[in-house]
Amino acid sequence: MDLLNAFIALSNYVLIPGIAYGSQLALGALGVTLVYGILRFSNFAHGDTMAMGTMATILVTWLFQSMGLSLGFLPTALLALPFGIGFAILLLLGTDRVVYKFYREQKAKPVILVIVSLGVTFIYNGITRFIIGADDQNFLDGERFIMSARDFKALTGLKEGLAFKTTQGITIVTAIIVVALLFWFLNKTRAGKSMRAYSDNEDLALLSGINPERVVMITWIIVAALATIAGTLYGLDKSFKPFTYFQLLLPIFAAAIVGGLGSPVGAIAGGFVIAFSEVTITYAWKKVLGYVMPEGLEPDGLVQLMSTDYKFAVSFVILLIVLLIKPTGLFKGKSV
Amino acid sequence: MKKILMATTAVALLATGAQAEDTKIGILLGFTGPLESLANDMAAGAELAIAEVNESGMFLDGATVSSERGDTGCIDAGLAVASAERLITSDRVSGIVGGMCSGETTASLQNVAIPNGIVMISPSATSPALSTVEDNGLFFRTSPSDARQGQVMADILNDRGITEVAVTYTNNDYGKGLADSFESAFKESGGTVTINTSHEDGKADYSAEVGALASAGGEVLIVAGYVDQGGAGIVNGALDAGAFDTFMFPDGMVSDTLEEKFAESADGSFGQNPSAAGEGPDNYKKMGEEAGFEPTNAFSPESYDAAALMLLAMQAAGSNDPAAYKEKVMEVANAPGEKILPGELGKALQIIKDGGDVDYVGASAVELIGPGESAGSYREIEMKDGKMVTIGYR
Repeated sequence: MDLLNAFIALSNYVLIPGIAYGSQLALGALGVTLVYGILRFSNFAHGDTMAMGTMATILVTWLFQSMGLSLGFLPTALLALPFGIGFAILLLLGTDRVVYKFYREQKAKPVILVIVSLGVTFIYNGITRFIIGADDQNFLDGERFIMSARDFKALTGLKEGLAFKTTQGITIVTAIIVVALLFWFLNKTRAGKSMRAYSDNEDLALLSGINPERVVMITWIIVAALATIAGTLYGLDKSFKPFTYFQLLLPIFAAAIVGGLGSPVGAIAGGFVIAFSEVTITYAWKKVLGYVMPEGLEPDGLVQLMSTDYKFAVSFVILLIVLLIKPTGLFKGKSV
Repeated sequence: MKKILMATTAVALLATGAQAEDTKIGILLGFTGPLESLANDMAAGAELAIAEVNESGMFLDGATVSSERGDTGCIDAGLAVASAERLITSDRVSGIVGGMCSGETTASLQNVAIPNGIVMISPSATSPALSTVEDNGLFFRTSPSDARQGQVMADILNDRGITEVAVTYTNNDYGKGLADSFESAFKESGGTVTINTSHEDGKADYSAEVGALASAGGEVLIVAGYVDQGGAGIVNGALDAGAFDTFMFPDGMVSDTLEEKFAESADGSFGQNPSAAGEGPDNYKKMGEEAGFEPTNAFSPESYDAAALMLLAMQAAGSNDPAAYKEKVMEVANAPGEKILPGELGKALQIIKDGGDVDYVGASAVELIGPGESAGSYREIEMKDGKMVTIGYR
């Protein structure tokens, strides 16, 4: 029995990566859910909005790096993040003015807006590739680890290492701050309250004198900030490649729907449900059980419920189950 | 007018009759698709061999050889079959250098080349499945089967005294074929594979895969993937989590990018890729650079060799009839005989004409074994002090 080593192994391969990935998905899903709640359509361009915002952040990061600016052990990208958010805000407001506004005034059905957003996706897709290319971009600098596996072993003398990357730490801290700010904004400020009112009942909100265009504008600004932060954190922690951002759309939507579309709390819960289901269900428990089980009873096999090939299937099975049993999602969003 | 036309036609007919027959070779490669960046240098290699033969004027009593390109799209079996069909029925080629990727090659071989009795020599299709395909003796390849690489990998590990490894492969024909052939070779030699699992390319998060691999354990992690795809993600994840320190990199990983990314962080890791050393590759490199293409690009030497082998076999058979020269391919490729390097095709043609025997070595150290595929020479590399160094050939 060696519970300590078992816990360290579990943290290293399941808990820490799961929490970091879950935070990134949660931030992405928050953006999707806000658009769905206020503007009432599924915004397929969200993944590529993240890519565009991250691209702007990367370009500014490179500029800062060439100027010699840095944040010490933190990545320079954090310094460039506000500029990326600014770019994304202009981009989304511009897109809204040119594209979405037209359909909103026509009172177009949500399904038409969904297809419109798909068109926007492809345009963003092309622009991103045109400017920064389709390849991997590395923009991480500063200290790579808060605690590397090797240091941890040397420090504690344990058999198992525990790695904690700077980017994982930043992801978790930033996610907490951003979510706290968002909830404060939605619940305490006048603008946030008018957004929630608009989302709950559009007609009633309009009758009570809420300016719809203002609500829409604030929504896009928040969505742009969320998307850029989520994209940059993801890019720092893993790597930036336009195609993976497009693919990120699937787990993000799964997270938003599992949590309940339109419900911010649900988006966060959904993000973690999806992230942990991907990591835990396909995890091979051999190592952990080897420490926990009494001598002689350690498993020979991998004790893996499912091969990692199925990790994407897992999140969609969870999505299906949730939709069958609770069509509005875990936290009572709007039904899809 | 009609008379003049008749007359010229007659003269033209007479003229061709008087001259020796013209031979056409089809070059069937993936000029579009995922490996399009390699195809042009491969085709240039094959055309270089043809140009060299023409220059010597020794081929089949002074006959000339011309070539015709066809596109396979690499992953488009339908396009490959249509192109092969066109090359054979409308361009009337006597043999095909190609195809390029394993799936597409199987399709055009079975649907077009075998029914029409045309020889195909592929420079780059490496799937083990092509070793056992029913080919009527019409299919050869100047690249080794991945089954051979699996064996080489097992040998390298045994020489290093490593007995327990974990394997992850990219989820396609190449990755699966290589991982399976390695697993059977390694098990046969007494090693243990703790886990043999796939990863998808183009994802950014590989923590689930790394978690499973780490749990299974092993002294070395074998990453049978692509360095600019999921392979790098797996290595990064494993290094970050401290799951593995040492890796083995098969041919899809060994490149400049690998050195740049992991030479320092994965110090002591090793791997191999198909590559020959010595005078043959050096000659070819010089010739290719003079001709204005990139001769060191993957499978360009193999393409030169494929075209050269085909032409030498025709010379040995004294005919460009596939049914006749298919018997001669193995003969000119292997010992006994005078060793032939790139740039010596004229000399080889002369020797064959005089009744002598040649052993074609070429740009990729060709030695055909079994069902007519290259035995394969592999370069073994290791990460030492932040550099990727060649430590030997096997």
